[in-house]
Amino acid sequence: MKIHEFQGKQLFAKFGVTVLDNQVVTNTNQAAEAFEQLGCPVAVVKAQIHAGGRGKGTFIENPDQHGVQLVKSAKEAMEVAEQMLGNHLVTIQTGPEGKRVNQVLIEAGCDIARELYLGIVLDRAAAMPVLMCSQEGGVEIEKVAHETPEKIFKEHFDPAQGIESFQVRKLCKQLGITGKSVRAADKFMKALCRMFVELDCSLMEINPLVVTNEGDLVALDSKINFDENAMFRHSDIVGMRDLNEEEASEVKASDAGLSYVKLEGNIGCLVNGAGLAMSTMDIIKLHGGEPANFLDVGGGANEQQVTEAFRIILSDKHVKAVLVNIFGGIMKCSTIAEAIVAAAKSVGFEVPLVVRLEGTEVEKGRKILEDSDVQLITATDLSDAAKKVVATLSQPA
Amino acid sequence: MSILINSDTKVICQGITGSVGEFHTKGCLEYGTKMVGGVTPGKGGQTIEGLPVFDTCGEAVAATGANATMIFVPPPFAADAILEAIDAGIEVVIAITEGIPAMDMVRVNERVQASNSVLVGPNCPGVISAEECKIGIMPGYIHQKGKVGIMSRSGTLTYEAVWQTSNLGLGQTTCVGLGGDPIVGTSFIDCLKLFEADDETEAILMIGEIGGTAEEEAAAYAAEYVTKPVAAFIAGRTAPPGKRMGHAGAIISGGKGTAAEKMAAMEAAGIEVAQSPADMGAAMKRAIEKATSA
Repeated sequence: MKIHEFQGKQLFAKFGVTVLDNQVVTNTNQAAEAFEQLGCPVAVVKAQIHAGGRGKGTFIENPDQHGVQLVKSAKEAMEVAEQMLGNHLVTIQTGPEGKRVNQVLIEAGCDIARELYLGIVLDRAAAMPVLMCSQEGGVEIEKVAHETPEKIFKEHFDPAQGIESFQVRKLCKQLGITGKSVRAADKFMKALCRMFVELDCSLMEINPLVVTNEGDLVALDSKINFDENAMFRHSDIVGMRDLNEEEASEVKASDAGLSYVKLEGNIGCLVNGAGLAMSTMDIIKLHGGEPANFLDVGGGANEQQVTEAFRIILSDKHVKAVLVNIFGGIMKCSTIAEAIVAAAKSVGFEVPLVVRLEGTEVEKGRKILEDSDVQLITATDLSDAAKKVVATLSQPA
Repeated sequence: MSILINSDTKVICQGITGSVGEFHTKGCLEYGTKMVGGVTPGKGGQTIEGLPVFDTCGEAVAATGANATMIFVPPPFAADAILEAIDAGIEVVIAITEGIPAMDMVRVNERVQASNSVLVGPNCPGVISAEECKIGIMPGYIHQKGKVGIMSRSGTLTYEAVWQTSNLGLGQTTCVGLGGDPIVGTSFIDCLKLFEADDETEAILMIGEIGGTAEEEAAAYAAEYVTKPVAAFIAGRTAPPGKRMGHAGAIISGGKGTAAEKMAAMEAAGIEVAQSPADMGAAMKRAIEKATSA
């Protein structure tokens, strides 16, 4: 789960990580007021969307306007907010349609002595969280990691202990942080590591992390992702979820307990199990088709969920055929077969349906389909299913 | 022989009084697994499927001599259940539960490392030694005693691989579901070591997916230390970056963890890579034939 920059900064402030004074606003008058209230000569207006690359990104409606801009008066803050609010910001991460900006952050300016990068992720191989820093702040860290990995410094830490002071000193040495800033870094990094663990984050990035002329460390940006599996113990964070930022069909699917990811192709897939669902996409592509989605109905899905899954798949207007691929384990093939029959009645299939069933209660499942009057094409194995569903697209309707 | 579990393994089920736990306890009994009891805190003294239920793992082990456990405890309490099993000295701990917070698994992993127990999973279908012992949720009848050791990060895709190897007459020794989470107990490398040392296992089939670097590490290990033929399949060639594909661990992040990288690492290590998921059994057969003709 992702949150906005301003929400991340609210959490930072709560954990004692220094951020600049700021206000989030949703209209131009508020933007002007916020500038006045901050009471500093310079402020920054930042579009709030979940995607990165906002500074370089531009608006579809106003191609000269970037997603982050310096302003020097209340009037200017108002004008820039006007250019951003309600319009669509396109960045390297949004795709060509961009994302609608519904709120902007007005933040006080600051003196920047240096820009650094700081990130915390869970290192899967080490099974421990790791704090990563680089002197290359403000630039794309993936690029640094790829081209000059030696410029990224890492320290693993025990979640129960947090990061130790000697580790912070080590990083400071590598980053060239000296004098009283070392003490600031100790407080800053320890607070971040504690927050990463306590809030069950899966990723945290501050890019750039600024060292001011006074020697303070300030989080100029925030990017935080949370472990969805841990959200049962963080209702306050779940409350920060912005459904406008998510694909509507994916939200609908997750509400129904289904795992769905929308893709660009035209062959809908309904599969049980994540690995088999990915493989089904792969084999469609291998046979010359394009998958329209990833959909895992899970191990214990019932008839209602399967019907909902069909609804979601068929609500994508690009879908011209559907492939059902089930290898029954916990999921019985008979359940799927009954669901297909029920869905055919309640949802209605206007596109060809190819079904491949194998595993638990497969005979019963096949019989249910045979005895029904649902129009479908049966497949004997994975390749057969993929070939048949791709072939339906090339046939005249 | 087989790895991890066999016909002598005595198994308890943690979470046996839940509907899922009870359902799969029954399935394991039907397969012939020596199920000896179950654990649900506060429900000690009950009987499920003719098996005694205990309040704690310690009691269950003392009364039954169990040396393996299958965990169906819900996510908020699952890490604790794993720790309890380790504390009771159970040798093979198999966690089926999906949805355990990653930070809980960091804590659990430290304790597993310091113990004599082996953890398989979480978020996995379990482990099965064909025609000997089934601990988990897989459909037993598709398995056939044979010579291939299978290890996988996925559930149903493993059934697919099992089905294909059974249809080709290769059969399986043991199939290990490693789990789809970012942090799991048993790795591909742990399994490679066990399969390499197992006399009955003649070949190894590895099923990976996008996310992390476990496949690359395993490929490097296999190139150096594994003498048996290895075949592999990687799921997720068509998965878009930055999107979680069902499994918590199946995500391409920061451009890392792609199927292409993993397949290249496998091929460089001399592993027979199946291009299609329909070709996993055939790839295994090719790897075996290459090894025997060489």
